[in-house]
Amino acid sequence: MSKDALVIGGIELRSRLFIGSGKYSSNSLIPQIVDRSGAQVVTVAVRRVDLASEEENMLNHIPKDCVLMPNTSGARNAEEAVRIARLARAMGCGDWIKIEVISDTKYLLPDNLETLKATEILAKEGFVVLPYMCPELMTAKRMRDAGAAAVMPLGAPIGTNKGLRTKELVKIMIEEIDLPIIVDAGIGKPSEAAEAMELGAAAVLVNTAIASAGDAVGMAEAFSLAVKAGRMAYLAGTGAVKNFAEASSPLTGFLDKAVSKK
Amino acid sequence: MSFYDVLQKYDKNVVMQKIQSVKAEDVTRVLAKESYSPEDYMVLISPAASVYLEEMARKAQQITLQHFGRSVVLYAPLYLANYCVNNCLYCGFNVHNKIERRKLGLKELVAEAKSLSSTGIRHILLLTGESKKHSPVEYIKDCVKVVSEFFSSVSIEVYPLEEEEYRLLVENGVDGLTIYQEVYDEKVYEIMHPGGPKRDFKFRLETPERGCKSGMRSVGVGALMGLADWRSEAFFTALHAYYLTNKYPEVDISLSIPRMRPHAGSFEVPSPVDDRAFVQILLAARLFLRHVGITISTREKSYFRDNLIGLGVTKMSAGSATEVGGYVEKRGDGQFEISDDRSVEEIRQMLYSKGFQPVFKDWQYI
Ligand code: SF4
Repeated sequence: MSKDALVIGGIELRSRLFIGSGKYSSNSLIPQIVDRSGAQVVTVAVRRVDLASEEENMLNHIPKDCVLMPNTSGARNAEEAVRIARLARAMGCGDWIKIEVISDTKYLLPDNLETLKATEILAKEGFVVLPYMCPELMTAKRMRDAGAAAVMPLGAPIGTNKGLRTKELVKIMIEEIDLPIIVDAGIGKPSEAAEAMELGAAAVLVNTAIASAGDAVGMAEAFSLAVKAGRMAYLAGTGAVKNFAEASSPLTGFLDKAVSKK
Repeated sequence: MSFYDVLQKYDKNVVMQKIQSVKAEDVTRVLAKESYSPEDYMVLISPAASVYLEEMARKAQQITLQHFGRSVVLYAPLYLANYCVNNCLYCGFNVHNKIERRKLGLKELVAEAKSLSSTGIRHILLLTGESKKHSPVEYIKDCVKVVSEFFSSVSIEVYPLEEEEYRLLVENGVDGLTIYQEVYDEKVYEIMHPGGPKRDFKFRLETPERGCKSGMRSVGVGALMGLADWRSEAFFTALHAYYLTNKYPEVDISLSIPRMRPHAGSFEVPSPVDDRAFVQILLAARLFLRHVGITISTREKSYFRDNLIGLGVTKMSAGSATEVGGYVEKRGDGQFEISDDRSVEEIRQMLYSKGFQPVFKDWQYI
């Protein structure tokens, strides 16, 4: 095992950048995105998988050495998520499942309670469960106890590209939970991916920011570099941040002088 | 409280006055915002905003890209029967129109479904006219079971049903409901619907809500643009979608902007909607309702449709036949004339050439 390995579901991953497979102008772009991003884990919406179509079946465009992470996008409750997960397995998508339960089409925020319920059921069925959630420590702990392989808090509402708006909450999760914390959703720029990695996130998942870039392939590489840089910085230990500069002649220096003059 | 009660709170004349009196500064102020209220939406469909179409288009494009990506979901309608007891002045299937009435038998339906699914289409919309005698709910249910074998998502656009009836269809594989109010101005509605059960404005208006309660995954609303002044119609349609998204956040609400076209019989469109107006409605809807799907049918011309892609459209029909049995044999007596007669393959290629992915499958019955 290499020194800084991320292991999920028994697989040692070579990249800490996870990518999506939706929103691209064409599925045929996926191999190039995978190549330039160096990503190994690719998430796929089960609802979009069309096994009956040779050309439009996106699974045919995902390189064979990738780890498929089917997601339950479209599920509105735990029961639907569980059904979609089983369907993914039956389709031959493997055992990984990103649970995505959204019952709010306005802000598209995940439903933590239903996600937890689905996590409990699917972990028992032997899935490698990666729940997508609103960052909330207690629920994340329960997900861990229920057998989640990692937890995936959002950085900002999905598709908004607003960055790591939930930083404080994600930070607490990283400190308190002994599972990989993968920041999913909201990351809009490579610098924000680096920020998440510097914080100690195990990985980030990026879809919209790559897919909606002018040059999606170029952006995929930019994210790859940013994730590596962020990880390196985390391992190197970033220096403490001072809120204000230290004055060259200390403002309280007179106290010491007063003592010595006595 | 249903949407009917919400509608009662609005005086159409006051709404029109507000829309007419919007000034340029109001438009620039609203355009700078990130989320919009119904009042802001009035600003966006005002005459003052009509000179800001380019700015609106840029914003709409960005929102669409963020939320839906470079993809458009394709679907096709499948007409089951054209028997109809209603008398909608604008419709080719109207009870007084002398057209051949047909209804697909289940075997014929299999042939239609096979023919349509061989084009790659995976999402279909089943349609019938209103006839409890010829197309009762049981018949629709049987049809749903047949087509579920061929398609991954089945929606219906049939006469208004009761919640229980919708639930029965949902249990048998329907996941989407489309029901247009046609016109939100109750007085105009009365004129346009002189006979038949469709005269009941309130029952129809509350239909999308019954669909939401029955467990439908997606519910689409719309007004037939051209029947009454488009600005107020656009306002009430969007308000309806807004009401539904707030009350039923678990349901995917979508919006459609069907525009009047020629048809069998003679009907003069009372308030025609030109292309600029159409685009303004579309853009304003995208800004106001950012997550709401917007559907565009083959009533629109190909050149026009192609240029709307990316501006807010998330779903479009392709290779459509609007007559009963039209996928096996075309006769030319459809509900409305198709302005974009390209095949599914041609639409697919067009989307790719514009840098968009045609999505054939976006749902699967689970
Ligand atoms: S619009 Fe519908 S209800 Fe009215 S006449 Fe046509 S088919 Fe019948």
